[in-house]
Amino acid sequence: MSKRNPEYDFAWCPGCGDFGVRRALQVALEGYSVEHEEPQANNVVVAGIGCSGNMVHLVEGDQPFGIHGIHGRSLPIAFGVKQGNTKLNTVVVAGDGDFLSIGGEHIGPAANRNIDITAVVMDNGVYGLTKGQSSPTSAFGAVTTSTPLGKIETPVSPLKLYMSIGVTYIASYYSSKPRVLAKMIQEAMNHKGFSIVHVQSPCTTYNDTYDILKGKPKEGIKGLAYEIPEDHDPTSVEDANDLLSRPGVPLGVIFKKEGKTLEDRYQEIAARAPKRTNDQLLDTYLLQ
Amino acid sequence: MDKHDFVIRFAGEGGQGLVTSADALARAAAHAGYYVQTHSTFPSQIMGGPASSQVRISTTPVLSSGDGVDVLVALNQYAYDHHNEDLNPGGVTVYNAEEYDLPEGGNYFGIKADELAKSTGNARAANMVTIGAVAQLIDFKLEEIDGFITQRFTRGRPGDEEIIEANIKAVRLGVEIAKTSGFNVGQLEAPTPPDYKQIVITGNAAISMGATAAGLNFYAGYPISPATTILVWMENNLWGDGRFVHQVASEIEAINAILGAGFSGKKAMTATAGPGFSLMSEGLGLAWMTEIPMVVTNVQRGGPATGLPTKSEQSDLYTCMHPAHGDIKMPVLAPGTVEECFYAGALAQNWAERYQGPVILVTEFGLAERGENIRRPDLSKVSDESRATVSEGDTGKRYDSWDGSTPLPGMPLPGGPGAYVANGSEHDEIGDTTHLPRHHVRLMERRFKKLDLLDGAHYEIENADADTIIMPWGSSKGPAREAYDRLREQGENVGWLYSVSLHPLPEEVTTVLKSAKKIIVPELNYLGQWSSLLRMEGYKAESITQYTGLPFRPADLVKSISERIGAGVTA
Repeated sequence: MSKRNPEYDFAWCPGCGDFGVRRALQVALEGYSVEHEEPQANNVVVAGIGCSGNMVHLVEGDQPFGIHGIHGRSLPIAFGVKQGNTKLNTVVVAGDGDFLSIGGEHIGPAANRNIDITAVVMDNGVYGLTKGQSSPTSAFGAVTTSTPLGKIETPVSPLKLYMSIGVTYIASYYSSKPRVLAKMIQEAMNHKGFSIVHVQSPCTTYNDTYDILKGKPKEGIKGLAYEIPEDHDPTSVEDANDLLSRPGVPLGVIFKKEGKTLEDRYQEIAARAPKRTNDQLLDTYLLQ
Repeated sequence: MDKHDFVIRFAGEGGQGLVTSADALARAAAHAGYYVQTHSTFPSQIMGGPASSQVRISTTPVLSSGDGVDVLVALNQYAYDHHNEDLNPGGVTVYNAEEYDLPEGGNYFGIKADELAKSTGNARAANMVTIGAVAQLIDFKLEEIDGFITQRFTRGRPGDEEIIEANIKAVRLGVEIAKTSGFNVGQLEAPTPPDYKQIVITGNAAISMGATAAGLNFYAGYPISPATTILVWMENNLWGDGRFVHQVASEIEAINAILGAGFSGKKAMTATAGPGFSLMSEGLGLAWMTEIPMVVTNVQRGGPATGLPTKSEQSDLYTCMHPAHGDIKMPVLAPGTVEECFYAGALAQNWAERYQGPVILVTEFGLAERGENIRRPDLSKVSDESRATVSEGDTGKRYDSWDGSTPLPGMPLPGGPGAYVANGSEHDEIGDTTHLPRHHVRLMERRFKKLDLLDGAHYEIENADADTIIMPWGSSKGPAREAYDRLREQGENVGWLYSVSLHPLPEEVTTVLKSAKKIIVPELNYLGQWSSLLRMEGYKAESITQYTGLPFRPADLVKSISERIGAGVTA
C-alpha cells in the first residue's frame, strides 16, 4: 500500500534503493515546481514495468500525473507526452532491464532528437520483480536464477553508452543520499535536452551491492563509488571520456552540453512550413 | 458503338511512367466531366519489375476497376503476355514496337513512341504519343487532352509553351498511328458532368485530409508500404500552431508516441500496414486499458509476415478487432471508397475523442493509391469533436464506474486538475494498481460499455427482406455493388447490406443481420474473416473469398454469387 492509497497492492522490499530514489524524485519534483512557479500538475512521471515502475504510484505528497505503461517503452511515451504539451516537465523512471535491455532501442533516437525530458534510471543489476534474473548490467559470470551456471554475456556500460550515443546531460549517483540526488535530478530537469541520471539502486533481496558500492570504511575496504574530482569539467567531452575510462562508479555530473532541443529545431522548421487552412489544402485537389 | 465505360491499362516496367500515363488520362477525362478510377499494381522495388496502371472512365460514378480491359498499352513482351488475357472482346492492344514485335493479324498494332516523341523535339513526350493513340481508339475528344496538357505544363517558366506545343504534337502523332491501324473500340458517350465541385484524390490522401479536418494535431509514423504516403502527406501538411508531426524510429515508437500525445490532450494518429500493426499490438492494448484517445490506420497489404507489400488483401480484420492480448474488441471503421476514406478519417478522430479510447481505421492497398474524382467535401459540415475534460472542483475521478446512463466522465489533462496514473495494470479510480476483483469487473464493464457511444458511420440497406443478402466490407464494396446491380437487373432476389463501421455495428444493420436467411460476404482473404466474425454473433453468413492479391472482378462475383443462390449464370 502507499500512503495515499490503502488499496494499492505493491510494496518494495525493506532496504530497497528505490526508497531513496523516491525521496529524491519527490524533492526534485517539488523543487522544480517551486523554482518555476508551476503547479505540481505540470509534472508527468512516465514509468515502464519492473520494481522501478511502481515509483509513479509511490510518490508521496502532491500527486503528479503519471503513466505506468509498457515494459521498455517509457521513452517513446514520454516523447509523445512532451511533444503533445511542451510545457510539461516530463520525467521517465525506469530500471536497468526496462531502460537498457527491452527499451534500449529508444535511447539513441531520444538522444538524436535531444528531446527535453529527464530519465532517472534505477540500476540494481538484476530483474527483481520476476525474482532474480540476469539483467543487462549484471556482472559477467553472475549467478542468477536465469544464469544458474553464470552469465556468459559482458555487461552493458550504461554511462559509456549514453556518452557515445549523444545524451546531452549525464549524471551518475547512488540511492543512499537522496538530498544530493534530488539536486542532481532537479538540475537534469532544468537541462534543456535529453538528460539521464543513472542511479545505483541496490536490490537488497537479489543483488545487494551496498557494500560493494560504498565499501567498508571501518575495515579499510574501499567501495566502487567515488566522488567526481572537483577539477572535472563536465562540459568537456575529453574529461567525460577520461572519467568513464576509469574503473568504479563516479558520483556526480559527468557530462553536460547546451544545445538546441527537438522543440527548438521543430519551431525553426515550422516557421518555413507552408501555412494553409484546411479549405486551402483541400482546394489543392480541386479538379480544374 | 457508344459505350459508357472504358478501361485503359498501361503495362510495362516500374519507372516507365505507367502511373503518370494513367493519371494523365484520368485527369483529362475527369476534366471533361467523366467519372474516373485508377488502379495500379507494382512490385515492392524502387525501379523496374512488372507493373501496370489503369484508368476506368465512365459516364456514371465508377464502383470498381472493372472486369476486363478495352485498351491495353503493353510496353514490353512480358506485359503483353501477362495482360493480353484480360482484354475484353473487341479490345485492342497498343504495343511498344521499339521493344518487341507481334506477328501480323492480331487485334493489336505497334507504335514507336520514343522515336515519335523525339521528332517533336521533346523526347519526354513519349507517353503523350501513347495517350493520343488511346484517345483515337475510344474517340476521346482531343480538345480535352490539349486542355489538360496546357494546364499541366503552364507553370510560369520559360519554355512552357514549347513543352505544351511538343506534347500536343505528340498526341497528334499517336492519333495518326491509331487511325492508320484502322482499329476502334467504340465511342465514349458524352459525359454528364456533375453539378458540384470535384476533387481528384487518393484514398490515403482522403484519410489524411479527413483526419485533419476533424482536428488531428499530432502524427507520428514510420515508413511502410502502402501506408507511407500518409506519413509523407502529414510531413508536408500537418503544420501550424499546436500541430506536431514526426517520423519516429519504429512502429513501436509511433504507437507509444501517439499514446503519450493522446494523454497530453492531442488528437493523435499513426498509420501503418500489417507488419507495423503487429508491432503496435502492445501499445494498442495499453491505450484500450488506459482509455487514451488515438487513431491507428492500418492500410492492409497481403500477409502474413512481409507478405505482399504492394498487393490488395483484406486479411487483417481479425487483428484489427483484437490486436492485443486480453479482453479487447476495438472499434473498427472500414471505408470502401475514396470518398468514404475522407469521412471515416474524420469520424475515427471523433470516435476516439468521444469514447476516450483507440480507434482502428482499416483500409487496403487497393484504396490507398487509387485516384478518384469525388464531390469536394464541405469542411464546415465535418464535426470536430473534443473529449470531455475536467474542471477545478469536479469530484469525479478518472476511472469512476460508468454504466452509460450519464455522459462519460471527463478525462483530466496534465497541467490541469484531476491528476491520475494512466496504468496498464488493472487500477482503481485514480489509476493506482489493484488486483481486487471489484475493480477489474467494474472497469472491464466500463471499457466495453463505452462502445455504445460510437454511432454515425455510413451504412446502406436495400431489399433487406430478400432471401440472400450481399454484405461486402471495405473496398470489396465496389465490385460487389456492381455484381449486385447486375443480379438485380437479372431479376435475382438479393439484398444489399453495407456498413463502414464493422464494430460496433449500427443497430439498423444488426436488425437486418438477425433476420437474414443467408448473408454472402465477398472478401479478399483465405479464412473468410468477416463472415466468421458474423457467424460468431449467430448470423448466417458465408464468404466468397479471393486471395490473389488483386481486387474482385464484378463478373466473377456475379458468377460465384449466382452459384451460391442457385441462379442461372449469366455474368
